This record gives sequence, structure tokens and C-alpha cells, in this order.
Amino acid sequence: MSKIAFRDITKRFPGARRPAVDSVTFAVPEGSTCMLVGTSGAGKTTLLRMVNRLIEPTSGEIIIDGKNVLTENPIELRRRIGYVIQQIGLFPHMNVAENIRVTAEVAGGWTQRRLDVRVDELLELVGLPPVEYRRRFPRELSGGQQQRVGLARALATDPALLLMDEPFGALDDITRTRMQDELLQIQRNVRKTILFVTHDMDEAFKLGDLIAVLDEGKVAQLGSPVDLLTNPANEFVARLAGADNVMRQLEFLPVSGALDREQTVPFPGWENVPECAPNASLLTAMLKLLETNAPALSVQTGNDSRVGYITLASITSGITKTRNKERQLASERA
Amino acid sequence: MDALLEFYLDPRNNLVEQTITFFQLCLIPIALAIVIGVVVGVLVYRSAALSFVAVNASNLIRAVPVLAALFIFVPIFKIGFLPAAVALTLLGIPPVLLNTYVGLRGVDSAAIEAARGMGMTGWQIMTRVQAPLVLPVLAAGVRTAAVQVVATAPLGGLIGAGGYGDYIIDGVNSLNTTEILAGSILVAALAMLVEIGMSWLERRLTPAGLKAQAA
Repeated sequence: MSKIAFRDITKRFPGARRPAVDSVTFAVPEGSTCMLVGTSGAGKTTLLRMVNRLIEPTSGEIIIDGKNVLTENPIELRRRIGYVIQQIGLFPHMNVAENIRVTAEVAGGWTQRRLDVRVDELLELVGLPPVEYRRRFPRELSGGQQQRVGLARALATDPALLLMDEPFGALDDITRTRMQDELLQIQRNVRKTILFVTHDMDEAFKLGDLIAVLDEGKVAQLGSPVDLLTNPANEFVARLAGADNVMRQLEFLPVSGALDREQTVPFPGWENVPECAPNASLLTAMLKLLETNAPALSVQTGNDSRVGYITLASITSGITKTRNKERQLASERA
Repeated sequence: MDALLEFYLDPRNNLVEQTITFFQLCLIPIALAIVIGVVVGVLVYRSAALSFVAVNASNLIRAVPVLAALFIFVPIFKIGFLPAAVALTLLGIPPVLLNTYVGLRGVDSAAIEAARGMGMTGWQIMTRVQAPLVLPVLAAGVRTAAVQVVATAPLGGLIGAGGYGDYIIDGVNSLNTTEILAGSILVAALAMLVEIGMSWLERRLTPAGLKAQAA
């Protein structure tokens, strides 16, 4: 079931040439992470902020758990949704523990003792040892640590839906990568439905189960990272997804899409080649080929259900195929 | 020294009554200035146009000489306590208003955005986020206003407002050094006490998180 659905949602700012968000319709399944990507001014943040009604839509519906949020009390709505922003916005006069508990205090329904336990639990979850960090003030933390507290704060009431607006955008590369890895780790435990705005395509591919590409307020394409790479809807998506980005293709395209077509039975000498799962990435397969110096890998799940073989040559042709698709889209437009 | 003590103890000099009057002449304007300054500051800070008017009006009031402010209300309120209290209130408003405005503008907009995003009501944002961050700045404004009002209040003696100003004006008129000194010492001591007390309050009101050293 979808957790959140946009139905024909439009936002027109007074005096603007075109709508910031233009009849957007799509749904995000429960427990998945949907990345909102696009160039600046594409309407990503506007779309996100309409979900917790920090911006009021001009028309359309936003359905969460089957209910149109636009008929709800916005204050009550926001208390059920986690919200993380790039500028973090911790309260400087409160220490880390107070910053986290304030969310739950505002939402109500928590006893002081449960809150104490909850704060420590969350600090553990975001990788800040409670004993050391509970009483620190935001000023005494690095940017990365502050955003960990920002994330803990958003998770305080255990909301099913999390809105994240470029949360790692202001962090340095190393910290950003680490935070992304940890978010993936945390998400494996908590299974929230996440709407995540970013302009960093690497981040979108890394974190997203789904990617919604926005262009001039409209959804250009909604699909999985692999969809975007293998079946871009138009040239804009192809360019943004980087259909010619060899590294990204190696990382995200599955082995099953680049099998050696001609070779379903083993070649002489292929009887004992290493195995590889069909959903492994091309990169994994390539590294295995290079490391083992084997002529091919047997692509199979379990012991005997072999789907085929993959070789360095078939990887190359698999990648060329997606690149040609992009060229084709470009020439169709020209 | 003995002459001073004698002066203070002489029942004809009404030390108790004059002290009460002087305190009233200071406290009422300070209280009014705080209320007016804070209310106006809160009302205008969100609007660029309104705050422009309020800030410039405050600066304009500051430029008016104290004596002129004192006498300008005499035609309206006649002489006595009232015109002096009104003038002192007017004198106290600008520092309170300006600091309220500066304090509110100084609150990180991201903190406000986060507060709204977690579902705080306008009242909760004001009491839980803005107030604790603005209070130390406001206290600094109140300190300036209070010291200024206390230091200026003796001039009220010129228009018959009573208080320690009476001693000073009287002393000057009768060339009585003891009386001048008796008034001046009290005023100076009071102004310093206010300064010290308010500085202490200002430090007390500054949240520990704002004093913390950056990482």
C-alpha cells in the first residue's frame, strides 16, 4: 500500500511565470525511500514542504495513509511527520537531550521517564554515545554531529514518514558519505517512508529505492535507479541520471541485464568458473573477473539454477547498450 | 560626612517620602517602557516597513535632548509628577524596542523553520524558542534604559516632579553644597546599583548553550 500519494498537486506562487509544482501525481510505497531530484527551481523543496503544509498547495490532494492531509489541522499533521533540513536548526539554548525531547514534548503523550530512555536510544541509533553527548550544546558539536542530532530529533516520536530536505548538503564529502551510509543502516532498522530532496545524483542513486525526477515543476520520470539508467523517459532524465556515466552503470546495473547471450552452455574450460548472483552489480562481477582471472562467471542463484554466463566482453556490450539508448533519445529530439 | 548624615536624618527633608517618590518616578517609566518597547518590537519585527519606521522613530527619540523632552509635556500635563514620568517613559522606550527587535531578528531562521516543522504553535515557538534567545538581549536594553531613566529622573525636580531631584535643584538655588551632595550621592549610588544588578540579571538570563565554546 502506498504511504503517501500526490494527486494532481499544483503550487502557483503569486506573480510567478509558471507553477512551481505543476499537477504532480505519484505515490510512494510504505517503507521505501523516494528521492526528489532535479535542477534548482524544479520544485523539489516546494513539493516536500507541501507535505507538512509549511507551504499550502494551490490545488490537488496529498494522501497519507488514505487521508487527505489538506483537510487536517496542520499543527497535528506536522507532529506526526519527521522533518530534517539542511540548515539543521537545532535550538542553541538547549542541550542535545533537550533538543531531541522537545519534539516529543510538543507532540505530547510521553512520560518523562520514557523520554529519557528514548533520547538515549536515539543517540545510540545515530552514533553519538549518550553519556558523552547528552549534555553537550549544539555549539560544541561539528556540523555532522549536529545533523545526527537533527535526525534523532526528527525520529523522536517514531514517525512513519520522514521528510528530508538536502540534509547532508552542507557537510564535507567524507562526513556526507559516512552519514549516507549510516542513514542506509538506520533505515534498515526503522523502515520509515522517506521523501528526500537532493540535487546530488550520486546521493539519489545511493539512497533511493525510487527516484522522482522533477523538471520545471513536473515529474519527468518516477522509477528505480536501474529504471532511470536503462529506460530514461527522455533526454533530460538520461542526462541527469548519467546514462553515459560508466561508473554509475557498473555500480547499479545488475548482472542479469548483461549476460553473454550466445553462451548458455559452458565453453570448454568454463566448468569450474566462480559464481555470481543475478542481482549483483556489474562492478562486483567485473572485480571478481579481474581478481580471479577467470574467463567468465556463472550467474546463478543457489546451486544449480544457472541463468547464464557473464564475461568482460558482455559487460562492455551491456554498458554500450544503455549508452546507445541515450544517444538515440538525444537524436530523436534533434 | 556628619553634615550629610544630619541632612538625611532631619525630618524636614522628608527622606522617606522623597525616596518613595523617586522610586516611583523611576520604576513606573521603566516598567511602561519595557511593556511598550517589547510589544511594539514583537509587532513590527516581521515587517520590513514597520520595523524601519519603529527603528528610525526610536533613533529620533534618542536624539531629542532630555531637557526638551521634559519640558515639552509641561503645556499638556502642567507641572508635577506626570509630565516627568511621561518624558522618562519616552526616554526608556528606544533601547528596549531596539534590543527586542535586534534580539528577535537574531534568532536563527533555521531554528524557527525546524520549530514549525515539528508542529510547534506560534505561542510555543515564542515561549520555547524565541523568548530564551531574546531575553538576554532584551535585558541589555532594559539595563541601558533603566540607568538612563535613573540618571535623568533628578531633572524632574525642575518641573516639580519631586524625588531626589528636589534636593539637587534646591541645593543649587540656595547654594547649599550639603544638599546638592545629599541628592547627587543617592542618585549616583542608585544608578550604579541598577547597572550592577541588571548586568547580573543579563548574565543569569543568558542560556548556557549560548556561552558554550564552539567545537
